[in-house]
Amino acid sequence: MVHPATSVPPSGTALPDGGTPATVTPMPTVGTGTPTPRRRPRTPASWVRNGGLSTLVIALPLVLVFGLFSWYPIVRAVVMSFQHTNLVQPAEWVGLDNFTYVLADPMLATAITNTLYFAVLALIFGYPIPLVAAVLMSEVRRAKGMYSALAYLPVVVPPVVAVLLWKTFYDASESGLFNTILGWVGLGPYPWLQDPSTAMPSLVLVATWSAAGGTVIIYLAALTGVAPELYDAAEVDGAGVWRKIWHVTLPQLRGILFITFILQIIGTAQVFTEPYLLTGGGPASSTTTILLMIYNYAFGGRGDYGAATALSIMLAVVLAILSAVYFKLTAKWSD
Amino acid sequence: MKSTRRTTALALAGALSLSATLAACSSDDGEGVTAAEAEEMSDEPVTIQVAIDEGLEEGAVEAINTRVDEFESEHPNVTVETQEYTWVGTTFAADLAGGTLPDVFTVPFTDGRGLIEREQIADISGLVAELPYSGEFNENVAVAGEAPDGGMWAVPIAAYGQGLHYNRSLFTEAGLDPDSPPTTWDEVRDAAATISEETGATGYAQMTASNTGGWILTTMVYAMGGRAETVDAETVTATIDTPEYHQALEYLQQMRWDDDSMGDEFLHDWGTSHADFGAGKIGMFISGGGDYGNLVTQNAMNPDDYGVTVLPLEGDDGAVLGGGTLAAVNAKATDAEQAAAVEWIDFFYMEKLTDPDAAVADARAVADQGQPVGAPILPVFDQATYDESQEWIADYINVPLEQFAPYSDNIYDQPLQPEPPASTQDLYAALDPVVQAVLTDENADVDALLADAEANVQNLIDRG
Repeated sequence: MVHPATSVPPSGTALPDGGTPATVTPMPTVGTGTPTPRRRPRTPASWVRNGGLSTLVIALPLVLVFGLFSWYPIVRAVVMSFQHTNLVQPAEWVGLDNFTYVLADPMLATAITNTLYFAVLALIFGYPIPLVAAVLMSEVRRAKGMYSALAYLPVVVPPVVAVLLWKTFYDASESGLFNTILGWVGLGPYPWLQDPSTAMPSLVLVATWSAAGGTVIIYLAALTGVAPELYDAAEVDGAGVWRKIWHVTLPQLRGILFITFILQIIGTAQVFTEPYLLTGGGPASSTTTILLMIYNYAFGGRGDYGAATALSIMLAVVLAILSAVYFKLTAKWSD
Repeated sequence: MKSTRRTTALALAGALSLSATLAACSSDDGEGVTAAEAEEMSDEPVTIQVAIDEGLEEGAVEAINTRVDEFESEHPNVTVETQEYTWVGTTFAADLAGGTLPDVFTVPFTDGRGLIEREQIADISGLVAELPYSGEFNENVAVAGEAPDGGMWAVPIAAYGQGLHYNRSLFTEAGLDPDSPPTTWDEVRDAAATISEETGATGYAQMTASNTGGWILTTMVYAMGGRAETVDAETVTATIDTPEYHQALEYLQQMRWDDDSMGDEFLHDWGTSHADFGAGKIGMFISGGGDYGNLVTQNAMNPDDYGVTVLPLEGDDGAVLGGGTLAAVNAKATDAEQAAAVEWIDFFYMEKLTDPDAAVADARAVADQGQPVGAPILPVFDQATYDESQEWIADYINVPLEQFAPYSDNIYDQPLQPEPPASTQDLYAALDPVVQAVLTDENADVDALLADAEANVQNLIDRG
């Protein structure tokens, strides 16, 4: 296909609809009385003069890096999802075979259920906690910085280090850290990660702990943008703390709340680090998430890159649709 | 609606970038080199990258460099560059996909068949056939590196039979005799219960994660007379829902729920089980018979505590599951590189098994590094060759051989059975959740678990 630009004279002044001369005739602006300044024709020289070249030079590294490390792999992934390949022999086109294989895999239902379970638990526990913490912290008069730092600390700890620390906390023997502490008040010992029914809630606890700090900081920043006059007005109207939060704070934060909600959904749908490092998807597949399944297809010894990319793409499409629907539904509230 | 588009794009990019690591590589015609062709190009200058173990001490690296110099003076046209590499299941797949493997690398027996089937390693069978000892490999060992047509694509450099490792101190503490370890499955169960009761340590531990669950379960099934797959011409059938798999799982169920002799950790993989055994937390566990080196040098196990015995075999078909290490050549290596790579495999891995001087030089270097020498392993060739090579290095043997006696006195009489031939790692992976279910859910339905697993494994075998 010939790119339209190739038939354009070097002056670059042609219009896309068929090469009409591009000198723009100035149109008098009716009614304002002030004439519009005459727009000069855009030539390569004027483009350079106006800083086009430096814009291009500044953007180029970014475009190259994104192209090479983000867009190219995405395109490759889409291509590979229609192929059988071991990356050594020539790839073989197989149409939708990878997709039908993944959809028929009995593990898929388990992985989706587990991921949804994680997402729901993470929403119930992980979504309100940062908000409550941020509102409380914003009310604190002294040493605000210290509280922010403390809340943010878990985010600073490298995820793998944090997860391995939690693994020792979750030691299921009576001498494990949590079991020892709970033993002092006559509780336990609990199996934590060693039981299919408690493994997932244990993972949610780790994920909430490690992610809450970042969200707290976002909420704190948003709270500083709430005009104090609103609280003053509410106070004059006789509102107490709870009514101030309900009628002023939350409505003022709703834009941010919507964003963090969808980001959390997307994040939980892609949960990987915690199950990969803490349980490997066990016990008995009780923590095998969609991402872990993708990982296992590709790197669990099978090298089934076709199935892995097919499932990646299906997940991406579902998340994209979910996001679009979510914003459609909430558009009228966030305006 | 701007934010909708942005977030949609964000979601897409997020999920898709996962696949970023599945990036591209070129292809190769996969045709092998014959010895005659290799002869023709023997003068061409060629450079090969060869694997050496990760994290070796300086002295060990120097010892290898000396060997490299010797090789290069024997083969003036070949330049050898060493590259740190240790086989790890997950990173190996990524290395293979990314094309970052050295020209010569090692893989476990389990991976040989799959790599050959998928032509992910070079076909060096023509070159290997020319080696003087190519016809002398132990048949059960050779099969791990052979294509269905019998050509040897990967060279077995070490072999082992599974064994029951036990902690002699815990045996003594529990009132058991460490010199007469259990010889039947019932005795293993009783010993586990006693250790657990008397010492508080885990009586018997089972690996369950990262494909080791299926590996050890299948080891037990082999010993009880079962097999995981049957091969009829070109049709491979999964045989998972069998009396032997039931027997093995019910055995574990009894130890876990009736005796409570298996401790509190049911997500052991290879690394954690060896770490806990090395730390004296585990009375007994099943793993490769050649794990002594790892336990002592990497997991700080006290050599005095170490004991190992053979697995109890039951019935006429009871066999010990065997494994080992293969040396393979990168599929992307050129013909000249393949020829040089096979020369290196012969020189570096095989000579010490067949040549007295090389054997002594190797043993001395290893002993000088304080590493164990002489821990019994299975012979790659025949028993006589192996016994002879042990005599060559007798002066350097530094492991407590008498503590290996229950194993080394019996392992050579046990029938060795190679691992399931088709989709081995997939089969093991599919059985991990089954073992985990039995150990973490008191009401686990063994019948249903095995029926599902068999269907699952058959599906994986058929996909290839």
